[in-house]
Amino acid sequence: MEQVLQYFFEYKEAIFIIALSVFLGIEVISNVPAVLHTPLMSGANAISGVIIIGGIILVGHANLSSLSLELVLGILALIFGTLNVVGGFAVTDRMLEMFKKKKSRQL
Amino acid sequence: MNKVLGIVNGMEFTIGDTLLELSYLIAALLFVTGLKLLSHPRTARRGNLWAAGGMGLAMITTLLLHKNTEGEGISLANFWIILAAIGVGAAIGWIVARRVKMTAMPQLVSFYNATGGAASALVALLEYPNAVAGETGSILVTVLGLIIGAIAFSGSMIAYGKLDGKVGDIMKPFMTYLNLGLLIITLGLGTFIIFSPLQPSELIWAIYTLLALSLIYGVMFVMPIGGADMPVVISLLNAFTGIAAAMAGFIYNNQAMILGGILVGAAGMILTVLMCKAMNRSLINVIVGSFGGGVSAAAGAQGTIKEITLSDAAVLLSYSQRIVVIPGYGLAVAQAQHITQELDELLESKGVEVKYAIHPVAGRMPGHMNVLLAEADVPYEKLVEMDDINPDMPNVDVAIVVGANDVVNPAAYDDPGSPIYGMPIIDAHLAKNIIIMKRGMGKGYAGIENTLFFNDKTRMLFGDAKSSIQKLVNEIKNM
Repeated sequence: MEQVLQYFFEYKEAIFIIALSVFLGIEVISNVPAVLHTPLMSGANAISGVIIIGGIILVGHANLSSLSLELVLGILALIFGTLNVVGGFAVTDRMLEMFKKKKSRQL
Repeated sequence: MNKVLGIVNGMEFTIGDTLLELSYLIAALLFVTGLKLLSHPRTARRGNLWAAGGMGLAMITTLLLHKNTEGEGISLANFWIILAAIGVGAAIGWIVARRVKMTAMPQLVSFYNATGGAASALVALLEYPNAVAGETGSILVTVLGLIIGAIAFSGSMIAYGKLDGKVGDIMKPFMTYLNLGLLIITLGLGTFIIFSPLQPSELIWAIYTLLALSLIYGVMFVMPIGGADMPVVISLLNAFTGIAAAMAGFIYNNQAMILGGILVGAAGMILTVLMCKAMNRSLINVIVGSFGGGVSAAAGAQGTIKEITLSDAAVLLSYSQRIVVIPGYGLAVAQAQHITQELDELLESKGVEVKYAIHPVAGRMPGHMNVLLAEADVPYEKLVEMDDINPDMPNVDVAIVVGANDVVNPAAYDDPGSPIYGMPIIDAHLAKNIIIMKRGMGKGYAGIENTLFFNDKTRMLFGDAKSSIQKLVNEIKNM
């Protein structure tokens, strides 16, 4: 218990960020029209690819002197993370492209 | 670049460190702004690009400026390995995203969600040995990141398989208890790892077992959930991936990761709740109870089915004033969105008013139907949401139901025993005439009988939606 409290104190800024981000996430999403549910889910999904920063740090400081399981898994994490980021944003853009095409033709 | 600027709390900081933190702040702001813009039709595309820009910025600055606790930057050899891995992931991600058919969009979103979960689980797995026994807080976030990321990965893969038709529903009554037991064991092992006095290096077996258990739980968790509930599940798993990424952010004390992850977690949870509301079900009900299957209370609704010939349908449509098309997933499966648009144009040229009634969960994901129809050049203004079109339904001459079933089932109003009782539906039964295009007399995704088929005003047009509508178009042209 003491350690948990200590951890809370040590990471109080991060915990503040969490608490505020929850409200921010709820606030930003409410009132979204049903039309945009799928693109929004897809775009949010791409943002969760932010884990890739962890992957970069992990592989960035990995020991390259021998080919270890850790290194292989780390590289795999990076590839997965990039798939999430690049694929996610690309697919969202493709969905939204269709709405835009519609608009420009009518204006 | 690395000149020491000063000392704060005993830690030196440099221009590089400052720039890195600053770039994370900008990235976080871009995520928030991007998500906000994404929730308005006019600005959605820009929002997506902004969020992508934030991600790109954070990736580049991390690669160039990150230093570990010993103050060492990323060495050149590691730098190239990272670039190569990112190159591989980016190439595959881009090509698949560009080439996939619009109807396959939901499973692709599910697949990319799985990769994000896998990345989070792997990062947590690899960072675990660096933790120190007794640092309960940091082991807690590592274990949580591992469990949640792994469940998001295997769960999303099963959801992907189900949407792609590769995995069927498996539902046995005992599975609820089995899953509950599995969850308890998984969380129990996690708790043991968090509070164990042993060093992480002595608990490697435990962390790999935890990974395996979490992966199995993810599979078992999604397996019994019916296809109709997949959107809710994907949204929920999307929230999980965000939370897992935020847990990893805790490991690195990285604010951009924490904010981005939690933002997605919160947004995903809200979206999940919104979808549950659209189907009039609670989240617990979606996860624990199964849709259809065992419940057979809604049987018995029987009557005679009346078919309509193509030429009769063509005459009926041509001489109507107001027509409402109610599309469902069947339309997407048959790739009938383009030919539907052609029918729409043809009828409009004859002075018939054509609108589309979009149920919030039409298709395999909320808004999926809008994307499909937008692809087929159906103007945005013609897509009317359920709540706006229902009061108008009694004035509609013909309601054409294309590949939809549960979303027009009147049992939602009048059969308390039906599993969909209480779910909001499009009031097709109030229209003056109803034409239902269907492959055969099969049941809808929820596996329940639809009394609309036996309605006196209903005529059935059996066959593949695409070829039926094609024939209808030809018939009207020849009139």
